Amino acid sequence: MAIDWYLVVSALIFCIGAGGVLVRRNPLVILLCLELMLNAANLALIAFARMHGNSDGQIFALIVLVVAACEVTVGLGLIVAIFRRRLPVDVDELRELQG
Amino acid sequence: MSAVIFFIAAIGAVAGAVGVVALRNPFYSVLALVGHLLALAALFLLLRAEFVAAAQVVVYAGAVMVLYLFVVSYIGGGARPLTPGGSQLRAVAGFAVLALFVELAIAVLGSGLKAISGDGAPYVPGFGSPAQIGEALLTKFLFPFEVASLLLLVAAVGAVVLARRRGGTTLEDEIRDSAHWITPRSLFSGTMAEAVGAIRPPAEHAPGEAATEDTELGRPVATPAGRGEEGGW
Repeated sequence: MAIDWYLVVSALIFCIGAGGVLVRRNPLVILLCLELMLNAANLALIAFARMHGNSDGQIFALIVLVVAACEVTVGLGLIVAIFRRRLPVDVDELRELQG
Repeated sequence: MSAVIFFIAAIGAVAGAVGVVALRNPFYSVLALVGHLLALAALFLLLRAEFVAAAQVVVYAGAVMVLYLFVVSYIGGGARPLTPGGSQLRAVAGFAVLALFVELAIAVLGSGLKAISGDGAPYVPGFGSPAQIGEALLTKFLFPFEVASLLLLVAAVGAVVLARRRGGTTLEDEIRDSAHWITPRSLFSGTMAEAVGAIRPPAEHAPGEAATEDTELGRPVATPAGRGEEGGW
């Protein structure tokens, strides 16, 4: 398959993830949609690495994987902290920074 | 053959992504993301990224999604009803996303890059294998590798600090903690105050004192009768 097919799939997944971040209000689902966007970027990186025949893009994708894992860890910690404080787990109601 | 696998995996990936966004229950969203990650790993395999595909399945679809499932079951993600007024914002969001996709498609398909339409560089045996990735990580990309490990450490410590149970962070916690301190419990059940002798149960007294205490304890019982007698007088 030509590389541009992969890029179109990547763009589609990225847009779906961005729409999920905009539409959904549960912070857990917003984190999942962020994962979608990061995975779309990963797919584009790996497609370009295949195009150039250079594995540097795959290293980049691995680093993105690590950063995504860190983001998940901190985000889930935040959500658990919000839940422990008996605040609503809803980004529309969590408007004030002072909690 | 590769085209068939590509279309199956691409449709699976896009369907998983739509499922993540569209499903109301967060539990099913996480499961849809697992399916999406598996389909994406198939795409990675088609692009000769074997090690990244394996890491994706093991680390992402395995470990990170289990973490998600734990948090979803801890919070109990119930479906919250949508408040009125959200539909307009949803339309705006859909329009923005559509514009973004059209822009990206134009950028990809309308570009004058010839190499994008090709099948890519000729395949060299060993491309994307764990040996090559590991060698690149430990020679050319040693510094990003170490920074990534440091980032993981910081994230782990941060998560522990964020999610630990603090005392008295909210009003309800303070009330609950103070209530814990003054919990009414049965007397002489082995508290520290009894151990140091600040509160002495009657059973621990000496036998001589116990006899006097029996009389002392008996006296209030007797006095009303005496008063009754006095009242009778």
